Amino acid sequence: MRVAVCIKQVPDTEARLRVAKDGRWLDEEDLPFIINESDEYALEEGLRIAEASGGEVVVISLGPARVKEALRKGLALGAARAVHLEDEAFSGGDALATGRALAAAVAKEECELVLTGSQSDDVGFGSTGSVLAGFLGWPHAWLVMGVEIEDGTAKVTREMESGKNEISRLPLPAVFEVQAGINHPRYASLKGIMKAKRKPIDTLAPADLGLSPEDVGQAGSRLEIVSVAFPDSGAGAQIIEGEPEQASRELVDKLRQEARVL
Amino acid sequence: MSRVWIVPEHNGERLTRPGREALVAGQRLAADLGVKAEVLLLGADVSAVANHLAASADLAGVHTAQHEALAVYTPGAYCDALAPAIEAASPAFVVFAHNYQTVDYFARLAQRLGAGLLPEVTAWEQDGEGFLWSRPILAGKMTSKVRMRGTGTVLLSVQSGAFSGDALAAGSAPVEALALGEVTADREILSIEDAGGNEVDLTKADVIIAVGRGVGGEDKLGPIHELAEVLGADIGASRPVIDSGWLPRDRQIGSSGQTVSPKLYIAVGISGAIQHAVGMKGSSCVVAINKDSGAPIFGMSQYGIVGDLHEVLPALTAAIRESREG
Ligand SMILES: Cc1cc2nc3c(=O)[nH]c(=O)nc-3n(C[C@H](O)[C@H](O)[C@H](O)COP(=O)(O)OP(=O)(O)OC[C@H]3O[C@@H](n4cnc5c(N)ncnc54)[C@H](O)[C@@H]3O)c2cc1C
Repeated sequence: MRVAVCIKQVPDTEARLRVAKDGRWLDEEDLPFIINESDEYALEEGLRIAEASGGEVVVISLGPARVKEALRKGLALGAARAVHLEDEAFSGGDALATGRALAAAVAKEECELVLTGSQSDDVGFGSTGSVLAGFLGWPHAWLVMGVEIEDGTAKVTREMESGKNEISRLPLPAVFEVQAGINHPRYASLKGIMKAKRKPIDTLAPADLGLSPEDVGQAGSRLEIVSVAFPDSGAGAQIIEGEPEQASRELVDKLRQEARVL
Repeated sequence: MSRVWIVPEHNGERLTRPGREALVAGQRLAADLGVKAEVLLLGADVSAVANHLAASADLAGVHTAQHEALAVYTPGAYCDALAPAIEAASPAFVVFAHNYQTVDYFARLAQRLGAGLLPEVTAWEQDGEGFLWSRPILAGKMTSKVRMRGTGTVLLSVQSGAFSGDALAAGSAPVEALALGEVTADREILSIEDAGGNEVDLTKADVIIAVGRGVGGEDKLGPIHELAEVLGADIGASRPVIDSGWLPRDRQIGSSGQTVSPKLYIAVGISGAIQHAVGMKGSSCVVAINKDSGAPIFGMSQYGIVGDLHEVLPALTAAIRESREG
């Protein structure tokens, strides 16, 4: 089975984040990027399904030149090929514009299954995979915690709120948005990294997908980010200063005398 | 005239808590537009909820979409029921609660309708150009303000806890049944099951120490266990700790884990993402220990220590022992 896995590069939130000069997004200079957490699980799941069925994985990412690094990692982990949607016109897209572009790329690849992460750790629309499914006219499932492929159908476990799971059956082809924790992602081996250097990465612009620049990116989006900011900090916690020993003693006092919970 | 629709979650009898929050948000939005909101209820039989709303909420109308295929949720059936109705009425906004069910289908609905999609709204304001919507980004570390461009319906979801379900505008409303076309499920629901591992019940715990990804590994849990022992506390965790296999799944607190309400909740190395926060909101006193002074968890806590948990935890354990002896 040919499985497409869509991955996104997101800022590493462990790094120090700064607002860009125009106030509309983060200052990306020196900002480290990583593969979105749930996408790593999607990739692992895709690799397992492809291995079990004697198929292959195509990794797809939309983004600027830097996302080649994420695609290389996908190749090093075992994907056969990579597709990079790289063009200025793709940038600033909402879930609808990005889903449209990714759907066109998947259609070109003739896959039977598409996996994405459940939600991006940057803008967090949680919607790109289901929009992609809509453009393809395929069924989809969000928050997938288990996939079993059985003759042309998939038995899918989906997470629900408060510790319940929904078990359902869907016909293939389909799109599954994989939730973190579904598996244990593998690490790239040195051999894998060496091999990845020789694997192809196709670079596609809107015209290669039969789309006009107006259909994708900010031009094809309804949603536009006007500004980003840090929320007012300070509100909330009374911060106890000092070395760990002193701060801890003070905290214990407060928990006993002010809050009366000890 | 602009119309505002609300599609609230319900359990067949009453709106759920997220459903009530969506209802309140929708009523506010409608008031800002100078109109009254309308509610659309989906299900096999929604008469109980419809009658309850009709007698209690200030709305221009309660529309019911009833069909056998809506008895159990599937995205296909929900989109089939909603798409033609939204198309015909072309409301300016359709308001949903941002819960797992909504996210599973409402983007699909937007794609089908060519509607705008605005997930996870926490607030809005109006300026000369129209609405400016706030939504969290980067797991709540930052917020963004966004605008919707173009024309046509916008589907928006409101974040859990951003609006109080108690602030309902009371009144009454007429009920009207929607005529539905073909409604087809696009997945065959086999069963709904417990996710498993329900041995640990944290819902009755008095004191909880919740560990986050910041602890850095299974081998670094020793000081957590020690602190738990002196406090007689139960240990909970954020999702990444569970996903990494450092603790079993039945210790997870949050939207996909347990909802707890202890007297004292000590969050250690947890950033405070909304999916975690919804599970711990009921705690009476929250203490956060985190090395990042900008972590959202401090905004939800009474007390905070900014520092490396590996240094603070042993000191805290010692301080508690000391205070017990002294
Ligand atoms: C649909 C869905 C459902 C979800 N359900 C849940 C759920 O039920 N429960 C849940 O918890 N999450 C859930 N999540 C995940 C959630 O979005 C967050 O990713 C998660 O809560 C983050 O966990 P964390 O705070 O432990 O990790 P992070 O966000 O990575 O935060 C780690 C924190 O540790 C701090 N830190 C690091 N090192 C140290 C140190 N040495 N000393 C002190 N502090 C340190 C960092 O400053 C940081 O603030 C869900 C996500 C989705 C999409």
